Amino acid sequence: MTQVQASRPTRKSHSAPAEERERFLSMYRQMVRIRLFEEQVNDLYKTARMPGLAHLYSGEEAVAVGVCATLRRDDYITSTHRGHGHCLAKGASIDRMFAELLGKAPGYCRGKGGSMHIADQDTGNLGANAIVGGSAGIATGAAFASKMRGQDRVAVCFFGDGALGQGLLYEVMNMASLWKLPVIYVCENNLYNEYTHYTETTAGALTERAKAFGIHTDAVDGQDVRAVYAAARQLVDRARGGDGPAFLLCDTYRFYGHHVGDIQRTYYRSKEEEEHWKTQRDPLILLGQWLSAEGIAGESDLEHLRDEARAEVEAGVRFALDAPFPELSEVDQHVYA
Amino acid sequence: MRTIAYRDALREAIRDEMRRDERVFIMGEDIAGYGGTYAVTKGLIDEFGEKRVRDTPLAELVIAGAGIGAALGGLRPIVEIMTANFSLLASDQIINSAAKWHYMFGGQAHVPIVFRMPGGGGAQRGAQHSQMLETMYAHIPGLKVVMPATPYDAKGMLKSAIRDDDPVLFVEHELLYSVKGEVPDESEEYTVPLNRGIVRREGRDVTIVTFSRMVHICMQAAEDLAKEGIAAEVIDLRAIRPIDLELVMDSVKKTNRVVVAEEGWKYYGTGQGIAAMIYEHAFDYLDAPVGHVAGADVPMPYSKPLERAALPTKADVVAAVTAIVPARQAAATPTPAAAGAR
Ligand SMILES: Cc1ncc(C[n+]2csc(CCOP(=O)(O)OP(=O)(O)O)c2C)c(N)n1
Ligand SMILES: [Mg+2]
Repeated sequence: MTQVQASRPTRKSHSAPAEERERFLSMYRQMVRIRLFEEQVNDLYKTARMPGLAHLYSGEEAVAVGVCATLRRDDYITSTHRGHGHCLAKGASIDRMFAELLGKAPGYCRGKGGSMHIADQDTGNLGANAIVGGSAGIATGAAFASKMRGQDRVAVCFFGDGALGQGLLYEVMNMASLWKLPVIYVCENNLYNEYTHYTETTAGALTERAKAFGIHTDAVDGQDVRAVYAAARQLVDRARGGDGPAFLLCDTYRFYGHHVGDIQRTYYRSKEEEEHWKTQRDPLILLGQWLSAEGIAGESDLEHLRDEARAEVEAGVRFALDAPFPELSEVDQHVYA
Repeated sequence: MRTIAYRDALREAIRDEMRRDERVFIMGEDIAGYGGTYAVTKGLIDEFGEKRVRDTPLAELVIAGAGIGAALGGLRPIVEIMTANFSLLASDQIINSAAKWHYMFGGQAHVPIVFRMPGGGGAQRGAQHSQMLETMYAHIPGLKVVMPATPYDAKGMLKSAIRDDDPVLFVEHELLYSVKGEVPDESEEYTVPLNRGIVRREGRDVTIVTFSRMVHICMQAAEDLAKEGIAAEVIDLRAIRPIDLELVMDSVKKTNRVVVAEEGWKYYGTGQGIAAMIYEHAFDYLDAPVGHVAGADVPMPYSKPLERAALPTKADVVAAVTAIVPARQAAATPTPAAAGAR
């Protein structure tokens, strides 16, 4: 936050209240952390220091960050195989994330989980599930626990467009609607289920699915973190206030392949399409433009935020590379409570 | 003979059968344009088109269920489940429907369907992407479960599975797809039965019973054991339901010692089932308890050293054998007492 204060005197006058300025600056910071984290993950993979099957979140940062910015630390999220962004946005630390990806002892799951399985109970992250759609029940159940125990925690279930193929999604929406559970289903439509365009696997309109269960539904530009935030704010407040579940569709795009090894992509999506999203629809660029147009932060302020994140990522990966592997005796620990 | 990879052998089998029988079609996630996660179906769409090589929604339950319905409707579906892990989402349809339709309705209809899926760990994919679940299916009457270890068997058994009138779980292994082996020329038609194991290596001191990827590990172990003067017979079961019990029993009667080796979990599993069959049918022939090599009794850890520790290795097989075969047994002739005990 120091850098924000430092930049204040240079700012031109603007209308956004201080709280809002700080909120969007911190969202920028979060999105940059995720972006640089993922670039480092890609590098670890390319230099054979990490196994494959890491699914990068680059390009989709505004969804996790915009939604998680509306959550309290004790609210729940469930995540997916493409989960690094969700974890970081909910408050996980970069060094322990890297340690997990490298299978090291200080990792969030002591190296047992890996890229597709990071949970962080302390920040309400119940866990990333590598079974597509697999966490829909879990998020719904966590919301049920909150309601049953008279708490006002909400649960957010992140999932991709592909998960809409799974029957569980519809079973949970039915229950959540009947039981008026404080759960928000956030669909990250990045256009593809692996290598197949979602329109080839998914019939009908996406939001109509939730509406059919009487669930409050909204759809936003998932590259515009302010829009995501505004929509999520409303849905989370509703849920917290006892008005039941919601469904939020976010249109977004992954900049990299389905996983780090997916580099030949032209047979399923064109270079032009990728270029369009990367140059015109990058959530970081979009927010950066808004921040400077509003006079909240200039390019040098943003550069400062990026430098800070870069330093954090570098320190984090060094920490993880230097960290020890778990003891072999840990193999059969944690099978039972 | 040619040398081709396991994945190519599978593709040839599918292609041959699709040419032979127009009722055969294949469906699964990302199998058409992309050619499948393990590139088994690559190029099939060019020959057979979208009609018979179909991408499905990301929905294992419906893939399996619709496959069963299609089989009842007169087609011969091959269903690709991306990995065995995801077959758990399809398992209701496989176990409650496919396995039971023929019996439950008094033999009226049969369900000629093949569910192809790879199991296995070893690539640091973590607990939800590294499972061997064949035991679960092998437990179910009405299903056939085959687990070829070589390209030759992969092709020959997949062809048999497609022609079979019962539901067949065709369990591949993620680390077998690139394994190469000899396969007859494309013009040469052959099949491999779904209920016959094979002796991969003859020996008289101990029988190692195994299947799938562990066959290769056991063959290497047998090589090491030979250097220590122990002649191990390696049986590749090729199918675990129905199991070629006769082949196992004949070998046990010869060697009097057995080690069962599998990648999957130990308890209540295929290996223990085989051990129980041996105790039941060949107890009097045994000179030692049946040895058992299996995966650690834990969900698969991600971390490389932990994953290595959780997977059964060549050293584990060698240790299990030397634990039940007396040193230099190969050189010694049986003592009168031991011979009398038989
Ligand atoms: C039940 C299940 N089936 C298949 C897979 C393999 N798989 C992993 S990611 C994926 C595509 C997921 O697409 P989507 O839900 O849109 O998420 P995205 O990868 O686009 O973020 C598939 C098929 C899986 N992990 N789980
Ligand atoms: Mg997607």
